[in-house]
Amino acid sequence: MFKNILAATFLLGLAGTAAIAADAKISDPQIAHIAYTAGQIDVTAAEQALKKSKNTDVIEFAKTMERDHKAVNDQALALVKQLKVTPEDNQISKSLNAQATKELAKLGALDGSAFDKAYIDNEVAYHKAVNSALADQLIPSAKNAKLKSLLETGLALFKEHQMHAEHLAAMMK
Amino acid sequence: MGAMKAIYAPVIVTGLLLAIGTAAPAAEYQIVVANMKFAPPPDQLHLGDVIIWRNDDIFHHTATARDASFDIDLPAKSEARMTIEYVGAVEFYCRFHPTMTGKLNVQP
Repeated sequence: MFKNILAATFLLGLAGTAAIAADAKISDPQIAHIAYTAGQIDVTAAEQALKKSKNTDVIEFAKTMERDHKAVNDQALALVKQLKVTPEDNQISKSLNAQATKELAKLGALDGSAFDKAYIDNEVAYHKAVNSALADQLIPSAKNAKLKSLLETGLALFKEHQMHAEHLAAMMK
Repeated sequence: MGAMKAIYAPVIVTGLLLAIGTAAPAAEYQIVVANMKFAPPPDQLHLGDVIIWRNDDIFHHTATARDASFDIDLPAKSEARMTIEYVGAVEFYCRFHPTMTGKLNVQP
């Protein structure tokens, strides 16, 4: 039940209402899993964009997403190894993956500028949602200082990604 | 002729020493890139000074001039040296993260 509330809260955040329970309790292994999953989803989205897009700006953006999110996730893997922590799958990670699978299918059916616009719009929305979750829920809940620090590094990076995506979205209008 | 050369040689050497003595010595500055930001560049930059761009982030960055006068590649946790070759103001940014920007003001 509790896990369902967390998942629902996170999804509400994704929907843009950002209603996140202040006292939500998630463990560090769960946080590590969520953060890694969120990064991996954006790498997969970038790989799809690199296959489908012919727009130079979109291709460069996708390459940056792939490179940066892989860099954070490599650090995350090194950290959990160092801390001897096993990332723990959880309802939030599952919800994120389910949502991402739907989005991949939706984008997969589009081509050309329709795909470019939908990909970039989704990147704006996705980074916004992940940034809210990081700032309001994951970072405050993280106990381990190194994990917290890596999440903060991720937040600084993803905020830049969000602005970059917003700039591209504005150019496409 | 051999004697002439011997006389001129010290004159040329003295001239070179004077030229070196009057030019401002080149300074070395470091601009750190950390947490997705360029640290502010030093105020007093001169032609011939050296900038060491140091990327402390775990992400690949670049320091790229808007006027294409330089394009420094900065892989994660790396540094690169650059000698300033142009006078004037030049804005720079990271090609991968275009919201990361800065400006060099170079005097003669």
